[in-house]
Amino acid sequence: MLNNPRQRISESLITALIRLAGYSSILFVGLILIFLAREGFPALNDMPLVDLFGSRWYPIDKYFGVLPLITGSILVTVGAILIAIPFGVGTAVFLSEFAPLWLKNLLKPIIEILAGLPSVVLGFLGIQIVAPFFRRFLDLPTGLTAFTGAVLLALISIPTIVSIAEDALNTVPPSYRQGALALGATGWQTVWGVTVPAARSGLLTAVMLGIGRSIGETMAVMMVTGNAPILPTGLNALFLPARTMTATIASEMGEVATGSPHYHVLFFIGIILFVISLIVNVAASSFTLRSRKRAERLLS
Amino acid sequence: MDSVEYTRKTRRTEFFGINLLRLVTLITVLPVIGVIVFIMVRGAPAVSWEFLSQMPRDGMRAGGIFPAIIGTFYLTLGTAIFSVPLGVAAGIYIAEYAPDNRLTRLIRIAIINLAGIPSVVYGLFGLGLFVLFLRLGTSIFAASLTLSIMTLPVIISTTEEALRAVPNAFRVVSTSLGGTRWQTTWRITLPQAMPGVITGIILGLERAAGETAPILFTGAAFFLPRLPGSPLDATMALPYHIFVISTSVPGMPLQIQYGTVLVLLFFVLGMNLIATLIRNRARARRQW
Amino acid sequence: MDNKIIVEDLTLVYSDGVESLTRITINVVANAVNVFFGPAGGGKSSLLRAFNRLNDLADVRHLSGRVLFNGHNIFDPETDVIELRRKIGMVFSRPVPLPLTIWENVAYGLLLAGEKRKPVLNDAVEKALRLAALWDEVHDRLHDPATAISGGQQQRLCLARVLALEPEVILLDEPTSALDPVSTAKIELSLVQLREQYTIVLVPHNVQQAARVADHAAFFLQGRLVEHGAGKQLFVSPGVKETEDYVTGRFG
Repeated sequence: MLNNPRQRISESLITALIRLAGYSSILFVGLILIFLAREGFPALNDMPLVDLFGSRWYPIDKYFGVLPLITGSILVTVGAILIAIPFGVGTAVFLSEFAPLWLKNLLKPIIEILAGLPSVVLGFLGIQIVAPFFRRFLDLPTGLTAFTGAVLLALISIPTIVSIAEDALNTVPPSYRQGALALGATGWQTVWGVTVPAARSGLLTAVMLGIGRSIGETMAVMMVTGNAPILPTGLNALFLPARTMTATIASEMGEVATGSPHYHVLFFIGIILFVISLIVNVAASSFTLRSRKRAERLLS
Repeated sequence: MDSVEYTRKTRRTEFFGINLLRLVTLITVLPVIGVIVFIMVRGAPAVSWEFLSQMPRDGMRAGGIFPAIIGTFYLTLGTAIFSVPLGVAAGIYIAEYAPDNRLTRLIRIAIINLAGIPSVVYGLFGLGLFVLFLRLGTSIFAASLTLSIMTLPVIISTTEEALRAVPNAFRVVSTSLGGTRWQTTWRITLPQAMPGVITGIILGLERAAGETAPILFTGAAFFLPRLPGSPLDATMALPYHIFVISTSVPGMPLQIQYGTVLVLLFFVLGMNLIATLIRNRARARRQW
Repeated sequence: MDNKIIVEDLTLVYSDGVESLTRITINVVANAVNVFFGPAGGGKSSLLRAFNRLNDLADVRHLSGRVLFNGHNIFDPETDVIELRRKIGMVFSRPVPLPLTIWENVAYGLLLAGEKRKPVLNDAVEKALRLAALWDEVHDRLHDPATAISGGQQQRLCLARVLALEPEVILLDEPTSALDPVSTAKIELSLVQLREQYTIVLVPHNVQQAARVADHAAFFLQGRLVEHGAGKQLFVSPGVKETEDYVTGRFG
């Protein structure tokens, strides 16, 4: 009836395998870093740093300045976040503080569906519907602009923001709300004076993860922001075509010769994206322990 | 301002405020419904049994999209094969085995990091490691491996969460009856966490099925005359197919585009629905 | 009169400082009901969990002293902890039926040990359920989920679960605190019967229960052993003032 040696050996083996699996994430992050660096750092040899961070991206004539791509990403992302924050946080506040239970149970799955929509589907509708709409409505030469991209990106990051923000608001102890109400505050005043400030760090996490999601988005932006890697000049650049870092990699990698300077620079842009996402996501996760767990699931 | 006027003012603010939030929520939710309805209406006419089962003709402008469908199926299967065992095991490690030390914190940071890496960067990584360095070429194998690593964080996180939700009392009891950590996990904790684990797996695979960027340079192709014969062949896939036909094929019938999008949407939302059903059924049948 | 477990100068401190033990020296008498009683936080549960090394599951900051079971120090690194836990079983304060059938619950310990033979398992299950005075009530629904029976029955199921492993010592940590008086009485009766074959260590729900069943009693206060004695001595004529205060209800 006692444990035989064979049982003990298989237990040790299984434990070892599980431990290996646990360490594997570190291995993969390391691998990604290594291979991005392997193919991307040669770009620093291929051209002087000044040229690499120059303001002209025109590979055909050997101009590999990544600045317009970085600013393109920033432009689209900032636009997206400016749209996504009011709608995302507003929806989260409504769902967590004011919506009746039946409505909440109806709307949450719908928002989760939005999270699951492939970005290529949203990009497709962007081309078919959103871009022509903006072209007519805003009287632009083309509907494929940074703004269109920002709108789509906002749609994509809103579910992330709503989920995490709503979690954060739910975590605020009921006693906070009850205390405020007992002092004579209205529901509205309680929400904005007490609950939202109390959930401050969770809301910040939500926004940062939304930013992370936006910066990393590829297909939807690629399909609707036009194809113009130019440095933005002035605010109306939002309504002109632009190019993000992600779209550049996706659209040009297919036609590039392995080992060429163009190839190396595209990997270099990948390194930039990796570092940005590292900073944003690790910073966001260090805010709240619980938000982090849901974030890992929802970031993806 | 006396107290009556103050009350009236705050009531008015409250009224406008709540209705503003209602409007905001409506605007947020409407696009989802709009997207689904729109695609269904415009795409349904194109979808028929022939559309789903036949090969494309006339440079993709006519015929069916069978190779793209089967390609997405292969890629999803390939992703599952690599990411599920590894992801679940890693989730078990973090939830049941990992001590509270710096190494575990490092593992957690690594998972957060993996979760946030842009999908196109995964594509670059896949290209560098699997396609070129390991000489797998543009293949289902390379693309599946790439998608697997991308899917890992989702599976690990949901597995960990599902395991943590199982009451600790069970573990204590099992240990007090002479159970080792693995026995307790295998006989009690993991079975109880299964619905959550499966939900996470389905949601992870759902995302992998819909992704384009990671497969762009690792396995996806457009003009393939034959179906893939082995994992070392390239394949067509629905997301990539949609991308090309909607941006680069002149004279592409609109209805076929919508039809293809509808098929992908069906696939993805179908998985979402299954995951939700599993989650709800499990919650009802729980013995704790 | 044999001593089943000998505690020598045991000091145990958890990282969170809760329920620690300071220099405990006491003997657990074989084939008797040994009662550890005292106010909450006194260390009684910690001591019980030390006996079957369940304290391994928690974060221990300091451990010194020895606990001898059958002559061996259980804290010795060479000790087979799994085997120890089979010989020293535990019933907890809230019934925790595993999410399995009644039969699977009782057979669980044996299944863990690698026993696969159905006749052996069936015999063990019946024997354990009879010892726990539960067989008559559940013998016709052994394959129902364990959650389908009442709280009192579930606790007796937990007792049967331990008995199926044929332990030498049974630890019970406030086993009747979640139960009604009828179920409590049934369990107390079982304990008195079981001491013929097993050594019982009980942390009682209250002083009255301690006085009802104790063959030996020990009074714990804030991690220290204040006094101990045979029979009902501690309850009738306690030696130390603190014991007397607690027993007479001046604090609790």
